[in-house]
Amino acid sequence: MANIITDETIEYVGILAKLELSDQEKEQAKIDMGRMLDYIDKLNELDTSGVEPMSHVFPVQNVFREDVVTNGDGSADTLKNAPEEKDRMFVVPKTFE
Amino acid sequence: MELLSLSAVELSAAIREKKITAVEAMEAVLDRIEECEPQYHCYVTVDREGALERAGQVQKRIEAGELTGPLAGVPVAVKDNMCTEGMLTTCASRILENFIPFYTAEAVLNLEKAGAVLIGKTNMDEFAMGSTTETSAYGVTKNPRNPEYVPGGSSGGSAAAVAAEECFFALGSDTGGSIRQPASFCGVVGMKPTYGTVSRYGLVAYGSSLDQIGPLSKTVEDCAAVLEAIASHDSKDSTSVERSDTNFTEALVRDVRGLRIGIPRDYFGEGLDPEVRSAVLEAAKVLEAQGAVLEEFDLSLVDYAIPAYYTIAAAEASSNLERFDGIKYGYRADAQGLHQMYKKTRSQGFGPEVKRRIMLGSFVLSSGYYDAYYLKALRVKGMIKKAFDDAFSKYDCILGPAAPSTAPKLGESLSDPIKMYLGDIYTISVNLAGLPGLCVPCGTDHKGLPIGLQLIGDCFQEKKLIRIGYTYEQCRKDLQGA
Repeated sequence: MANIITDETIEYVGILAKLELSDQEKEQAKIDMGRMLDYIDKLNELDTSGVEPMSHVFPVQNVFREDVVTNGDGSADTLKNAPEEKDRMFVVPKTFE
Repeated sequence: MELLSLSAVELSAAIREKKITAVEAMEAVLDRIEECEPQYHCYVTVDREGALERAGQVQKRIEAGELTGPLAGVPVAVKDNMCTEGMLTTCASRILENFIPFYTAEAVLNLEKAGAVLIGKTNMDEFAMGSTTETSAYGVTKNPRNPEYVPGGSSGGSAAAVAAEECFFALGSDTGGSIRQPASFCGVVGMKPTYGTVSRYGLVAYGSSLDQIGPLSKTVEDCAAVLEAIASHDSKDSTSVERSDTNFTEALVRDVRGLRIGIPRDYFGEGLDPEVRSAVLEAAKVLEAQGAVLEEFDLSLVDYAIPAYYTIAAAEASSNLERFDGIKYGYRADAQGLHQMYKKTRSQGFGPEVKRRIMLGSFVLSSGYYDAYYLKALRVKGMIKKAFDDAFSKYDCILGPAAPSTAPKLGESLSDPIKMYLGDIYTISVNLAGLPGLCVPCGTDHKGLPIGLQLIGDCFQEKKLIRIGYTYEQCRKDLQGA
């Protein structure tokens, strides 16, 4: 395997991805990611100099509209799916002591 | 009249002619579901009471002359990644185990406007990540043609439900082949439309620049009718395209004379099952006999589509799936403190394949790797698009297989992710280039498993695909009848 994923990298990616992996999952993730990156490295066979990155196949532009509410107040319906709510607000765990 | 084997268009005609009511059609489908679900498990949710109630309402509107279209009264199944008001929408993930949307996806609304009647929600790979419908948190779906085999994925539940006659047609979504490959494995028709043709509003996002909703159906005629109903310009989807040529049923013409069909040599090389190869080339000959002009050519870059795709799709997935944080909806784990809650919720809520792609996506977007991986993949995407542009300057359509093999056995795919990803080789570049692709059944292998023919068109050329697919389907019917 050309791409060796270190413990530090997996730790860092776990923070970015907001995932808490068990030790076993971490070892598997190191192998999986290394193999995928080896495979993705195939793209380096291609000379892409001078090729623009294409994010969309059509020349899409930002779509603007007037800042006017058109879909009514859905807050009560929205809160029905909340794991926890109070006084028409989402309740979250403590964020500071 | 074998009710359940009617096509969607035939069923609506029978309802219009008062040979049957929408309620009777729904009852027949629900009975069929009850009989088959223990074996195939196509659905995550079957809304029996709601379906019968909706069928009753639609029947009244048909009788009042308000609904006259080719889908009026027809029971439909919808993939469980499209929001449906008041009906559980799980994406086959534990993290959305209790999510009940309060709005309906635009494509589903369009179907309801056309009088189609929602039965329930079909099983899929978790968040549409997978090619077998085995990554679902709610159990695997089995292939109705042979239940020891997978139905394909990620829209495996939708394709299997059509094949098992547990619905008259279904909606799926296709990010890298997720409509066309299960259509191929289950022996049904499936189409991924040009990017932007069907609104993505209410479709839970996986790879936003690649995702597109499309039909799974018994016939090409149904496929055209469904596409005509669901295609719409929608200001709620910023990538929605305004099209005036969405009268797709007009293309149901049995005539391919003079149409130029390109056969990419790169789609018939190493790795292609010989039985698939011969069935697809046989189909090409049928079209040639009808007056189409066949020519082999080199498409190029085919081997680069999968690595480019998995980079882009994983990157977009890692960003799109950030919203599942246990705050506003879905599963929330017990934990002290906000960050611990995020991490625990996501770690317990997502399955292994979803985590794998979020990790990869987070990595390729991270500082120091963004240019080398993500931008590189977007450049390769540009090159792939150009290769298709060149091909479509010469051909009306590209013809090849939808998948390199017929359906694999249950339990054989997930242990080797890269091998599973390689199964997407013929479908994936279509998403990268935003093209339409149609899969039509073209035979079976020695095990009796279906083989699918894939027709790829230039952007906005669905009508050519429908015309060619329809011609082939009709000729095949004649050959089988003879």
